[in-house]
Amino acid sequence: MTDATDPGTIPAQPARHTSGSLLTASARTKRRNAAEARFKAYGIAAIAIAVLALCFLMSSIVRDGAGAFRQTYASIPVTVSAEVVDPKGNRDPAEMAKVISLSYGKLLDDSLKAWIAAENIRIEGLSDADTKSFFSGEAPARLRNMVLADPELVGQTVEMTALTSSRIDGMFKGRVTEETAALDSKTSVAQFRLAQAMKENGALVTKFNGDFITKPDASDNRAEAAGIGVAILGSFYMMLIVLILALPIGVAASIYLEEFAPKNRLTDVIEVNIANLAAVPSIVFGILGLAAFINFVGLPRSTPVVGGLVLTLMTLPTIIISTRAALKSVPPSIRDAALGVGASRMQTVFHHVLPLAMPGILTGTIIGLAQALGETAPLLLIGMVAFVTTFPAAPPEGFFDPASALPVQVYNWTQRADPAFSERASGAIIVLLIFLLCMNLLAIFLRRRFERRW
Amino acid sequence: MNDMSLVERRLVQDEIKITARDVQVFYGEKHAIKDVNVDILDKTVTAFIGPSGCGKSTFLRCINRMNDTIDICRVEGRIALDGEDIYDRRVDPVQLRAKVGMVFQKPNPFPKSIYDNVAYGPRIHGLARGRAELDEIVEKSLRGAALWNEVKDRLQEPGTGLSGGQQQRLCIARAVATAPEVLLMDEPCSALDPIATSQVEELIDQLRQEFSVVIVTHSMQQAARVSQKTAFFHLGNLVEYGETDDIFTNPQDPRTESYISGRIG
Ligand SMILES: Nc1ncnc2c1ncn2[C@@H]1O[C@H](COP(=O)(O)OP(=O)(O)OP(=O)(O)O)[C@@H](O)[C@H]1O
Ligand SMILES: [Mg+2]
Repeated sequence: MTDATDPGTIPAQPARHTSGSLLTASARTKRRNAAEARFKAYGIAAIAIAVLALCFLMSSIVRDGAGAFRQTYASIPVTVSAEVVDPKGNRDPAEMAKVISLSYGKLLDDSLKAWIAAENIRIEGLSDADTKSFFSGEAPARLRNMVLADPELVGQTVEMTALTSSRIDGMFKGRVTEETAALDSKTSVAQFRLAQAMKENGALVTKFNGDFITKPDASDNRAEAAGIGVAILGSFYMMLIVLILALPIGVAASIYLEEFAPKNRLTDVIEVNIANLAAVPSIVFGILGLAAFINFVGLPRSTPVVGGLVLTLMTLPTIIISTRAALKSVPPSIRDAALGVGASRMQTVFHHVLPLAMPGILTGTIIGLAQALGETAPLLLIGMVAFVTTFPAAPPEGFFDPASALPVQVYNWTQRADPAFSERASGAIIVLLIFLLCMNLLAIFLRRRFERRW
Repeated sequence: MNDMSLVERRLVQDEIKITARDVQVFYGEKHAIKDVNVDILDKTVTAFIGPSGCGKSTFLRCINRMNDTIDICRVEGRIALDGEDIYDRRVDPVQLRAKVGMVFQKPNPFPKSIYDNVAYGPRIHGLARGRAELDEIVEKSLRGAALWNEVKDRLQEPGTGLSGGQQQRLCIARAVATAPEVLLMDEPCSALDPIATSQVEELIDQLRQEFSVVIVTHSMQQAARVSQKTAFFHLGNLVEYGETDDIFTNPQDPRTESYISGRIG
């Protein structure tokens, strides 16, 4: 440095390339190539580690969660005895509705005992408790609904596929063995043997569990009946709200900031703030939502509207940042061209800039939505973790009904005791991941589609 | 062709289209245009020449207020189109730009079809009533830009799929389609091969029938070929302005002389 500026000294001649054969690599070239090879190896190693971790995660989730999509049912003839379900004998729906599920439980119990006798199955030590706890608490309720919907069934014998308890279900998923059954207060060795015998006779089937997707959550001792229906609907409603609010607001804000706003202190401050907001931990948005939407505005707790608003706040910075980047990447020559033929600024933006920025905007929006879909912490704060078994109504009223959300449902189930719930939590994670995958595929598809136009 | 235009030059129009008085342009602190006074004639090709960075583009962009889009740019003085100050507060730059079209140095067609590129201006200014009229404008403009024969069978194909020279002619067609009164061209041939260049030059000569054309060029030959009036800019000053022949054969200012003889620039 000093040599070069000092006028007194003559700058040293650069060292000449000692001319050697091109066929043998010089020491310098070898070193360079080695460095390059090393760098490549690091990259490949990093990717390999990432892929391995992903494979491990995926396989463990699929292994744990696959069971949630299969469920064990008993199919036995059930005699709907008239004395039990219609004690007055007049088939009056109002009278029949007074009979509670518990009585139907006795029906199932009797039918199971009758079936055991008919099939000539003898199991040592089979107690009343074993047959009683064989079915899920949900099974009598469903039988009751069936009978109330169709009073013709009274007095008849119907072939029914009844949901079995989570322990029986666990026996066919490897969760419950004879040894664990012996130690478990909720099942017994006798019940285990009964289940095996029924399986051999074809009275127990393990089949696809559509109810997992469509039914709401269930209480702690009915793990086998719990589903993610309400959570999916709640998440869907929230995504709808986020999309409806965040997309137009975010895009409008970005267009204004990028194309119209004067570049001054104020817009600089706004820009820095937006960038910071994108990095704010999501739980902070939850606290904000709790204070603003629930305590101040007075919106009902655990509702999609509050969740959607909180997630909108959280998603906005992401959408604004990606939209501005997309707008910036549109070449200025296009703007000049439009202005040059006398288009107004607004026409320039809406006719030329926005269509070109669309793929970027859509990608950013979908990634923002995907982030919001998986967000848990802020929803816990606004009470979305509540136990909700009734489906919210159709929108827009449904936005104000209590609902759950997929990630919160996962969190909730992992807290519960019955191992069947952790299986269901993994199942819900699989569903969530499938949704995220679909959204990302949609983003890629839209980007391709819009880009291919020219 | 050269001789032809030499003859035509004698029939100089003396109707003034644009007057600039004491125009100063600043980019922030930088004084890019200093005290420029010039009268640009109607139905005449005026060439702006000068070394790189002397402010030719800047001055050109003042004439249709494209400089408004640059935040740090400030214009002082008076520029009048047909006697009306275009920097008057009541003037809408959008309306002005419909009258004063511009062709940029780099071809910048919209990423839309050839047809839509040309039809865009007429559409937003409501120049056509109905599809047939619009078709007519598009054809006329493309013919005017000597592009019709090459693209008439593929009007729905993207304008960005044309060659560089075709794209530039498409941009000229686009500018012509809005029926401007003045056409500003900033080095329209810098990206073109000699054949396309001569096509565009012929085109400029034709456009002179209807418009006042201002062209920025780095090619002395081009300036001599297409223009009737030439303005020489140097370091933000308008050094010399006059008949193209006079400027090239008998420059008054030593700076002009050294520039056209290739000693500065
Ligand atoms: N957007 C801008 N911001 C700041 N300075 C600018 C801007 N545009 C041009 N300038 C400055 O103004 C002066 C004139 O620029 P201009 O583009 O008008 O030159 P030019 O004569 O068109 O040059 P060229 O022949 O290379 O196109 C230059 O010194 C340039 O640095
Ligand atoms: Mg220039």
